Amino acid sequence: MTLRPDLAIIADHVARGARVLDVGCGDGALMAALRDTRDVDARGLELDAANVARGVARGLPVVQGDADSDLAGYPDDSFDYAILSQTLQTCHAPDRVLDELLRIGRRAFVSFPNFAHWRVRLSLLWGGRMPVTPLLPEQWYDTPNIHHVTIDDFRAFLSRRDVAVEGAWFLSRGTRRTDAGANLLAEHAVFLLRR
Amino acid sequence: MDERFGLSRRVSLPGPLGLDGGGMLSPVEIAYETYGTLAPDGGNAILICHALTGDQHVASPHPRTGKPGWWSRLVGEGKPIDPARDFVICSNVLGSCMGSLGPSTIDPVTGRPWGMAFPVITIRDMVRAQALLLDHLGVSVLRAVVGGSMGGMQALSWPATFPDRVRAAVVIASTARHTAQNIAFHEVGRQAVMADPKWRGGDYRDDPPAAGLSVARMAAHITYLSEAGLTEKFGRKLQARANGIEGAKSFGFDADFQVESYLRHQGLSFVDRFDANSYLYITRAMDYFDLAEEHGGLLANAFRATAARFCLVSFDTDWLYPTIESRHVVHALNAAGRAVSFVELHSPYGHDAFLLDAPEMNRVVDGFLKAVA
Repeated sequence: MTLRPDLAIIADHVARGARVLDVGCGDGALMAALRDTRDVDARGLELDAANVARGVARGLPVVQGDADSDLAGYPDDSFDYAILSQTLQTCHAPDRVLDELLRIGRRAFVSFPNFAHWRVRLSLLWGGRMPVTPLLPEQWYDTPNIHHVTIDDFRAFLSRRDVAVEGAWFLSRGTRRTDAGANLLAEHAVFLLRR
Repeated sequence: MDERFGLSRRVSLPGPLGLDGGGMLSPVEIAYETYGTLAPDGGNAILICHALTGDQHVASPHPRTGKPGWWSRLVGEGKPIDPARDFVICSNVLGSCMGSLGPSTIDPVTGRPWGMAFPVITIRDMVRAQALLLDHLGVSVLRAVVGGSMGGMQALSWPATFPDRVRAAVVIASTARHTAQNIAFHEVGRQAVMADPKWRGGDYRDDPPAAGLSVARMAAHITYLSEAGLTEKFGRKLQARANGIEGAKSFGFDADFQVESYLRHQGLSFVDRFDANSYLYITRAMDYFDLAEEHGGLLANAFRATAARFCLVSFDTDWLYPTIESRHVVHALNAAGRAVSFVELHSPYGHDAFLLDAPEMNRVVDGFLKAVA
């Protein structure tokens, strides 16, 4: 089974045997990979009931819940990593969710689609329409992505909050690319954060 | 052949069983069934806990009615809990009337049924009685304890009471505490029983308070169904009647509506199979249930001593133990650092959904149990 590229990056950088909370874990693909290849104790939170059922049916401890409202019950420092992959832009209060991640986890992985990618910019500039791209496939009215963010937005946000960046990876068409011009050229970013 | 194992077993254990209410019971009769074979290392035992008016016949035809076991959709050959692999135990709860010690049991001291002299019991007392049975069967640690509704309360109480004796708990359509509304519905039922002149302070012998118990069951039955389910099944449809125009109102108080007739039938058939005093005692035990209260007021404390994994399932139309109650338990388990799975499943059938055909529930339970080493 091949992991989504951003998940593969995360999987490669989680320490062996760590405790991990995957917020927005989908059907548990990353959790299963972490459990099977890195001996990780992975717990998951997922909004979609069908995804939760699939995760639980593969033997994963997945809880149905909402990143915006169900993180408060987890104690401080209860995980080595909290992971938020492709979920930040769907949260009602991404800033508060990020605070919660860094409270619950000693470190946090956050991945999101970059809204400043040139294809997105072109779509808006030339087409005058909300962009529909492979990474953002929904129309404006049915997209779950309610808080679009760019790589530069995110960096500015982190520096305002004094969050340390321990690693950053950028993806374009599913493959890694350099930092240079990432805000224009990367479709997707993965950040490793520490309080 | 070991007499301890098989269908329709009954054992009298010396106990003594110390109760939350302060009393002591000895001996303790327990009616139970086992399925499958206990592994040499004892590691394949699964305890199934039944609901308020349930019984030990979880996966075998009821000896009297011939009806299939009440959870044969979940337990049986090729099912998530499979006697070919698992050693399955299901016992009639303490206080019930299907063969285990309860108010209808003859008190050896007086030679008469215990009646209201039977001590008030709790969910934890039921669990302690089950632990006595496990001792008798030679099961030291359960691979899993599984239950729905009141069975789920026992499944929650198990790891809280015996943290080292259970590796996993499956809690379906259940709650960690009875709310004011839950208690209120039960009180209606109890008052219906006790208001029946035939109840006679619990000393009714062979002439039970059928009318009162029947009304109690009717009221309770409504709480097991969803409004949408009742509407779909009955709507405002009228009864066909032998001496009347079909579908006409009687302008009287016969069961005009199909839903009335259905409820009356539910009430009457219940009286044939359940003891009125047991109904009082078991509903009391459920009302007293508040797992947080037993652990210093903080539910998470109930789960700190155990390493068990938990799986909770709720149903979106269950208004008796709605999803929020399961979520409350999940938050406490997260706070205690336990591994927990939880999903709210869709069903039109309300609380009763856990007893009906629920393929997704089966998949979830199957996957969860397979992951329990």
